Amino acid sequence: MSLSNMKLKVTVWRQAGPNAQGAFKDYDLDNISPEMSFLEMLDTLNEQLNDRGEEPIAFDHDCREGICGSCGVMIDGVPHGPERGTATCQLHMRKFQSGAHIKIEPFRASSFPINKDLSVDRSAFDRIIESGGYISAPTGTAPDANLIPIPKGVADVSMDAAQCIGCGACVAACPNGAAQLFTSAKIQHLNLMPQGQAERWDRTINMVDTMENFFGSCTNHGECEAACPKEISIDFIALMNRDFVKAQLKQRRLAGQVFP
Amino acid sequence: MTLESNIPEGAIADKWDNHKFNVKLVNPANKRKFTIIVVGTGLAGASAAASLAELGYDVKIVSFHDSPRRAHSIAAQGGINAAKNYKNDGDSVHRLFYDTVKGGDFRAREANVHRLAQVSVNIIDQCAAQGVPFAREYGGMLDNRSFGGAQVSRTFYARGQTGQQLLLGAYQAMMRVVGLGMAELYNRTEVLEVVVKDGVACGVVCRNLVSGEVFSLAGHAVVMATGGYGNAFYLSTNAMQSNVTAAWRAHKQGAYFANPCYTQIHPTCIPASDDFQSKLTLMSESLRNDGRIWVPKEANDTRPAAQIPEEDRDYYLERRYPAFGNLVPRDIASRAAKREVDNGRGVGPQKNGVFLDFGAAIDRLGEDVIRDRYDNLFEMYDRITDENPYKMPMRIYPAVHYTMGGLWVDYNLMSNLPGLYVLGEANFSDHGANRLGASALMQGLADGYFVLPYTIGDYLAPMLGKPVVTAADPAFKAAETKVGDLTKKMLSIKGKRSVDDIHRELGKVLWDNCGMGRTEATLTKAISEIPAIREEFWTNVKVLGSNESMNQSLERAGRVADFLEFGELMCRDALHRKESCGGHFREEYQTEDGEALRDDENFAYVGAWEWEGVGNDPTLHKEQLTFENVHLATRSYK
Ligand SMILES: Cc1cc2nc3c(=O)[nH]c(=O)nc-3n(C[C@H](O)[C@H](O)[C@H](O)COP(=O)(O)OP(=O)(O)OC[C@H]3O[C@@H](n4cnc5c(N)ncnc54)[C@H](O)[C@@H]3O)c2cc1C
Ligand code: FES
Repeated sequence: MSLSNMKLKVTVWRQAGPNAQGAFKDYDLDNISPEMSFLEMLDTLNEQLNDRGEEPIAFDHDCREGICGSCGVMIDGVPHGPERGTATCQLHMRKFQSGAHIKIEPFRASSFPINKDLSVDRSAFDRIIESGGYISAPTGTAPDANLIPIPKGVADVSMDAAQCIGCGACVAACPNGAAQLFTSAKIQHLNLMPQGQAERWDRTINMVDTMENFFGSCTNHGECEAACPKEISIDFIALMNRDFVKAQLKQRRLAGQVFP
Repeated sequence: MTLESNIPEGAIADKWDNHKFNVKLVNPANKRKFTIIVVGTGLAGASAAASLAELGYDVKIVSFHDSPRRAHSIAAQGGINAAKNYKNDGDSVHRLFYDTVKGGDFRAREANVHRLAQVSVNIIDQCAAQGVPFAREYGGMLDNRSFGGAQVSRTFYARGQTGQQLLLGAYQAMMRVVGLGMAELYNRTEVLEVVVKDGVACGVVCRNLVSGEVFSLAGHAVVMATGGYGNAFYLSTNAMQSNVTAAWRAHKQGAYFANPCYTQIHPTCIPASDDFQSKLTLMSESLRNDGRIWVPKEANDTRPAAQIPEEDRDYYLERRYPAFGNLVPRDIASRAAKREVDNGRGVGPQKNGVFLDFGAAIDRLGEDVIRDRYDNLFEMYDRITDENPYKMPMRIYPAVHYTMGGLWVDYNLMSNLPGLYVLGEANFSDHGANRLGASALMQGLADGYFVLPYTIGDYLAPMLGKPVVTAADPAFKAAETKVGDLTKKMLSIKGKRSVDDIHRELGKVLWDNCGMGRTEATLTKAISEIPAIREEFWTNVKVLGSNESMNQSLERAGRVADFLEFGELMCRDALHRKESCGGHFREEYQTEDGEALRDDENFAYVGAWEWEGVGNDPTLHKEQLTFENVHLATRSYK
């Protein structure tokens, strides 16, 4: 039944550990079905490597439905590969020609150190969230959910931002390794909501500061939006920048009041 | 040992309130003296960790994911139930309670289910306050939909990404307390042993998945929120890394495993395309609100769907269940699809699916309306199958999706091992033999936000000032050695077969013999075959690499080793339960028209199994279930 009729050459980044020297290695595959997902192609390669006594390639993945944000590699230099709005796990081999030569690398960014092969450490994103990416509403404090109506349009835009899966493709795509798209999506998801107003200005300052500690700076290339598997708009970066300026002004005014 | 469910006294509607008043409290200033280890950061674990730290407990959080936000809960699509009655359509706490007990085919504990329905309303409030962007009506109020066959609209949702948004809410609340130094987080860390001393759970042994380092965490209580075991079947809709290891290793330390045979098969998944298939993808149940399910009337009809005229189609659910039609509960829809495929009326290249057709809905409502409701699902389907559901019907088939069984817990969510609490899909508690759609998210968050924070104090309060077992205790050292030895053993076999290959073999045995339909013969067969696969694993598995670096084959090997023991228990449980109920369909026990035939006289109990060693018969303990508020009746969806 199987349509295993594609032949491929893949060039894969192999690196034994966080501090080891890495290198590219070539592999030939001749039993790839167009129905396979990209990760199933890697599974198939790993089975072959295991059979011949070579350690399988480490790569992150979990849901394989484009929602957990675990997967993500550079495919021919593009985060998540050639299909727009698609995470690596949802990319299928039918998007490639038989005979293709595909180069596979980990997401490259100084703030994402390599764990092994194609797996990177993206915990800097967790640091950004813990610095302010929440609404402080300890369990039990909430009023009835319908007490605060939210216009549908606002809820929808907030949801557009909240869809971010935290995969890091935006950082990998950016020539500067900046994390503006990720950070702005999270800030704006919360800043747009009525519930998010109380902490709006502190959240913006704290998250932007933390982001700048870890990541490069944004020079408006827009590569991030093109790479985002959820097609999150760079308009959120503009909104974040606006909020950041306002927040700084407010901070200054407050400082003025405290230290006249 | 007798199983004490510790259900509080009083009328069903008062039990929880009475209990909250009667439990012992830990003084706010003393809470920081208690260390609680939370394993897992799905909805259940993240909500528990955040809430416990907010109360002031010293919390340590462990997850094998690279970020807590990636837990399998993130993948839930459809929604979360709550008895808010915002639609004014007759919903109430009592109705949600009633529906859940009945939907669970009378195999759940009434008191737990009632509590779940009660706190469901608080969950929505909590999540809205955290900024979860739920779907809204034009007036700004929360929107609801009817889901999974419910007669009222009580399901809250955030597009097709409800699990993601709820998990991000809980994750953010949790990261807030981590950032404030109120909790400590261990990412990419797998719990491989639960440490029990003098019968009491006092910590866990972990392995750092990047460095391979093995270390212990000691605490006053261990909270396990490690998800379900659906991946025992190899192919399921669960995330690839979901597994039974933490629960199973607790079981081997004495925790009872309840109702492992209750597995839920979801009717609307994309059929497998070939052997390389690594997992199955769910198409949200909400699609059944507008899609019509059919197969060709004649077996082996290979015409494309569009060329099969109406009179040659069999809308078998509408025909057999006129009242509920395409919205019958999951177990019924799944078995009906299996029956059609088994009768040769399956569709698609492998004849392993049935059609889910939106043609009539598009004609009636217009493509725009359908696009508005389901576009992200249609797109996902198209991406996976290369077929456009606006133009041709989807092909769907049932797949393993959720596990109702899990570690046994009492009303306080504590297992029979004092100090070990189990939350979310990992416990057995609230769904009986079948879970209703949109109720798992509700249960996970109920357990974590609103149940455990009350009940755990009752256990901890008397421990104040008493000596605690530390990680330097010999019990911890012994457990660490055991973990290290197991790793060495797996690396030293150096056989011929990969971990996945052996897992696939186990999965096939389970699916064929303990899947949608089970019989004494198939189960006996599986029980005789599984030990051989286990033997094959321990003599012929090939795990390359070392312990001292990231080693994903090694991680999977440990999990598959546990599935190989667990799978046998699942079959034994299914064999002993000589009745059909919910997701457990024993073909010998069915009504004339093919519906599940329960045996309330003999089987209205929770079957909780005690470990007796590999290959030995486990011991069954029974917790009798009584139904005082929802009267035992045969489910009918005709
Ligand atoms: C595709 C899909 C769609 C679904 N849709 C819905 C829906 O619409 N509505 C609904 O109500 N339910 C739905 N469900 C069910 C629901 O998503 C799950 O039952 C629920 O999310 C489980 O949550 P949990 O917190 O119990 O566990 P999980 O979310 O599975 O989390 C488990 C956690 O435990 C950790 N863990 C596990 N083992 C270890 C270990 N040994 N060491 C360290 N950490 C460990 C993991 O890292 C993870 O953080 C769906 C399920 C699937 C598969
Ligand atoms: S594996 Fe989850 S997004 Fe790709």
